[in-house]
Amino acid sequence: MAKLHITTSINGEATEFLCEPHETLLDVLRNDLQMTGTKEGCGSGDCGACSVTVDGRLTCACLVLGVEAAGREIGTIEGIGGSDKLSVIQEKFLEHAALQCGICTPGLVVSTQALLEQNPNPTEAEARYFLAGNLCRCTGYDKIIRAVLDAAATMRGAA
Amino acid sequence: MSEAREFKYIGQSTIRPDGFDKVTGRANYGADLSLPGMIWGKILRSPHAHAMIKRLDTSRAEAFPGVLAVATHSDFPSVTDQAIESGEGSLTLLDLARNVLAKDKVLYHGHAVVAIAAKTSAIAEQALALIDIEYEVLKPVMDVREAMAAGAPILHPDMFTQGLAEKPTTASNVATRLEYKMGDIEAGFKDAEVVVEREFYTPTAHQGYIEPHACTVRYEKDGQSMIWCSTQGHFDVRASTAKLLGLDLGKLKVIASEIGGGFGGKTTVYLEPVALILSRKSGRPVKMIMDRDEVFKATGPGSATRSWVKIGARKDGTITAMQGRLAYEAGAFKGSPVMMGCMTAFTPYAVSNMYIEGFDVVVNKAKVAAYRAPGAPQAEFAVEMLVNELAVKLGRDPIDLRLQNAAKEGTQTIYGPKFKRVGLVECLEAARDSKHYQQALAANQGRGVAAGFWFNVGGQSSVHINMNPDGTGTIVEGSPDIGGSRASMQMMAAEAMGIEPGRLKPIIGDTENVAFSAGTGGSRTTFATGMAVIEAAEDVVAQMKQRAASMWNVTAEQVEWVDGVALNTAGEDRLSLAEICAGADRTGGQISGRGNINARGAGPSFAVHLCDVEVDKETGKVDVVRYTAVQDAGKAIHPKYVEGQYQGGAVQGIGWALNEEYIYGADGLLENAGFLDYRIPVASDLPMIDAIIVEVPNKFHPYGVRGVGESGIIPPLAAVGYAVENAIGVPVTDLPLSPPRVFNLIQGKG
Amino acid sequence: MAVVDYNAPQSVQEAVALLSGSDIKTKVMAGGTDLIIQSKSQAVEPLRVVDLKHIAEMMSYSLDDGGLSLGPCMCCAEFTALHDVETLYPGLVEAAYLIGSTQVQGRASIGGNLCNSSPAADTIPALIAIGAKCRIVGAGGERTVAVEDFVTGVGRNCMQSGELLQRILVARPAPGSRDAYLRFIPRTEMDIAVAGAGISVTLDSQGVCTAARVAIGAVAQTALLVASAADALIGTQLDDASVAKAAAAASAAASPITDRRGTIEFRRHIVGVLVKRATLIAKERAQASL
Repeated sequence: MAKLHITTSINGEATEFLCEPHETLLDVLRNDLQMTGTKEGCGSGDCGACSVTVDGRLTCACLVLGVEAAGREIGTIEGIGGSDKLSVIQEKFLEHAALQCGICTPGLVVSTQALLEQNPNPTEAEARYFLAGNLCRCTGYDKIIRAVLDAAATMRGAA
Repeated sequence: MSEAREFKYIGQSTIRPDGFDKVTGRANYGADLSLPGMIWGKILRSPHAHAMIKRLDTSRAEAFPGVLAVATHSDFPSVTDQAIESGEGSLTLLDLARNVLAKDKVLYHGHAVVAIAAKTSAIAEQALALIDIEYEVLKPVMDVREAMAAGAPILHPDMFTQGLAEKPTTASNVATRLEYKMGDIEAGFKDAEVVVEREFYTPTAHQGYIEPHACTVRYEKDGQSMIWCSTQGHFDVRASTAKLLGLDLGKLKVIASEIGGGFGGKTTVYLEPVALILSRKSGRPVKMIMDRDEVFKATGPGSATRSWVKIGARKDGTITAMQGRLAYEAGAFKGSPVMMGCMTAFTPYAVSNMYIEGFDVVVNKAKVAAYRAPGAPQAEFAVEMLVNELAVKLGRDPIDLRLQNAAKEGTQTIYGPKFKRVGLVECLEAARDSKHYQQALAANQGRGVAAGFWFNVGGQSSVHINMNPDGTGTIVEGSPDIGGSRASMQMMAAEAMGIEPGRLKPIIGDTENVAFSAGTGGSRTTFATGMAVIEAAEDVVAQMKQRAASMWNVTAEQVEWVDGVALNTAGEDRLSLAEICAGADRTGGQISGRGNINARGAGPSFAVHLCDVEVDKETGKVDVVRYTAVQDAGKAIHPKYVEGQYQGGAVQGIGWALNEEYIYGADGLLENAGFLDYRIPVASDLPMIDAIIVEVPNKFHPYGVRGVGESGIIPPLAAVGYAVENAIGVPVTDLPLSPPRVFNLIQGKG
Repeated sequence: MAVVDYNAPQSVQEAVALLSGSDIKTKVMAGGTDLIIQSKSQAVEPLRVVDLKHIAEMMSYSLDDGGLSLGPCMCCAEFTALHDVETLYPGLVEAAYLIGSTQVQGRASIGGNLCNSSPAADTIPALIAIGAKCRIVGAGGERTVAVEDFVTGVGRNCMQSGELLQRILVARPAPGSRDAYLRFIPRTEMDIAVAGAGISVTLDSQGVCTAARVAIGAVAQTALLVASAADALIGTQLDDASVAKAAAAASAAASPITDRRGTIEFRRHIVGVLVKRATLIAKERAQASL
């Protein structure tokens, strides 16, 4: 099977890769580009561990074909925070101990950023429903929701 | 530790040392390692629940372009029927070999039969379809009742029930029968004025970790083989894999990756030995990652159980007798946690007369794995439901009745020892005094109270702390960090050494750079590995004092260590830890401390949960509206992560109580092997979970620690279960309390 | 199915041309949330994909006096944020909002939900309730089919090979006419419907129901338009007794199966509860729109 040459932008950086038509964006990120911050928990859009944005819209990388990235702007966890600083959301996740094993955390950080861009002042219920597609088996969500609401308040305060 | 003491760092909620990597996606988990030349392994799994393999021909698959190796059960050197160390579960080597690749017979839907390694996972996947395999389908046995019935199809013709008075002559699906007793059970019931009894059922439930099992391995002939994998115990992975492949322990290095959840389910091996065979045959590094449906079909789960429990009490509330019979599914191979169920069921109560028997039963489901307090939630569900019923019959407050009968220091347990100081009474009092318990219930709401007991374990842990010339140091431990334990290790070492936690970096050593440490299970890490950390830190401090003494020409006894500084009691001299490290080249070389222990004295942790539910009586849907988890931590090293353990355990238990279950067809095939229909709680299903930390110190740990990881999953089954019973006014016996079941109960069709 | 060939046509004509003229199995892709998962399960069979998301008209919508004309591939996240649409068709927006997680809504579309033709699809009963029609285009030209006639079986619909869904059309509701959609799931999110009910009612100034449509999902091989349930509502004030009658009619019309998501008995009961509750919501909205 011939590989396809794809030109895209990932976290603002022009990127090219070769992929087979059946590969998902998740396969491409993890296996071809070695961007393993995006995690795979189910491969069927049920867990949210591979949450990314495509042209700013939140989705699961396992539900997107790699070839579809052509000409799009892809956002992943690697684009949030810098080499020595964290985003407010990331800081709040640490401050509130909103992670235990941490496998769901990159997806939750990406999703929370999407939530707060869309709704800077979510209620607890709004946050819970928006993030319902991000499964966490460790925390019971309590500290995650606290971190999200605190991040929202902090970001509103800073704005 | 006898009395409360002042701590400098312990009890604060610091930022975990591995946190930056985890929130930025830099942390590397089981599937995140790739090696040059690496190929991909995939597994062909049984489409039947129970079948003989009549013919197996892999030649077409082997000839497929891009396929580099094929493995079957025949690739294991002759394994013997010896018991092996496998975390909290129990398994013989022979059964383990037959579980990772079936021999002659498949015993559950998803049982691994053949593994293929190929250049890409797509090629491996295509090659799986070329394996010629012929099955003779047998009738599956899917429940303990069927399995124990006369004339049931037998899974293992060579299995005879252990623990019977007379040695059986016919094979059975019951692997073991066991019993525990105390006092005179018949006299106990004679003494009773009120008796309650019921039968209960709990379904097969999966640990549900978000990270699928994954590994990358490289076999090297000269004895440098390596396994990188997601595991709760890399030393156990090494032991199991080395035995299955006939390797010396010293020739196999296992590196524990970051682990994306385990809850007991990652204490055994599935992929690692298979991948190593594929690597040996192909000469290439091999990566294997389970798909989510493979995780549900072939790993975990926790036992489904059927139980009968009977409790008698006098009208004054004194419980006089507790009796039970527990039958636990082991899955395809013997080794359910029914013994733990028997040991924990009645243990929150100080009752003179107890009798319980247990049955370990094989069925055509995946071999069960440890699941957070293995065996206890199912047993204590039955008991706690009945204690709530008893409270109603006696006209007593359920917490008050428990307080009257609560186990405390000196209480004789059914499994042997008498309790040292335990915190059940304190937990019950905290629950009773909580804001939650004062809240009134609205229409269609109900409340459940339940207690839970877990032993916690100790065992072997090894740690060394290597100091650097600038006074920073590395804590090398051997317990995979599944929920933030590195933060606790850092804080305990910092406390013992009197320096800022941030000066010490905790890491998980691989099997070559730290000595044997038992896996992360049994809520042992903060307790046992913590003790090893403290021992290593104290070793560092002792050496610091010696170095200072030698520089001052005094004896070590004349040196005091205060807040990370050596003080000369015979003079004015002082040297900080950093100064001693900087000058170590002149005093005998750099300092490292060691702690190698086999920890005894693990402190049981009791939990008490309160749950309020609201039931939609038209649909049977249950909504948890208020939840409080109280638990004894002994001492909370990092309070926020302790709360997190309580909350996480509570929510896993809520899921088990409300919607989680394996759903099988009549053919024994699993119908919900995915997160879509294996319904773990999502964020919108839940309220905030109030966590109340009770601290009754464990005197066998220097800082008073009890393990906190497991007890929290025990009470929810009955706390939720009884809250529903209370809301609908109909006895609850079976889990999960999914809408159709609750609706049927309301309709009187339970 | 393994995707072996990916095509992203820029126009409907180009897409139609791609749908014929290949001996490899060809499927159109909208959001791909069903197709990509299906393609992973049977990895051996080759599949040719025609991605419609690069065709501007498939992604757009218009709303005017004639009603809603929706490009079938617009993702649910975009659709549910259209306030003008939500004002007029709140039930359809509810149904779109219920499809999967936020992430899934970032890809999944109403057209995809319709063409995947699952018995449990949330938007299908909602579309039937508001009398939506499908404009289908193929090499032989265009045709228009009511949604209730579009789906013909489990995973099957009336489109011939070489055809694709070009537009979803809904008339503008008059004042006094509004819709609602409810589904039942065991959790609060992330589940497939155990049963669903889409309702639209039209009230006159006296509050009398002059028209109604009741559609139910996940309780038969296809979503059903239940005329007997609507008849129970028409001519009434949507009082409790009439609504109960409609609910009973819906339960009677259902012919569900027992599977991992529910039993026959439970689904039959639940769909009645949903019809009752959704009717009351639609009634309230209709009153407010007068």
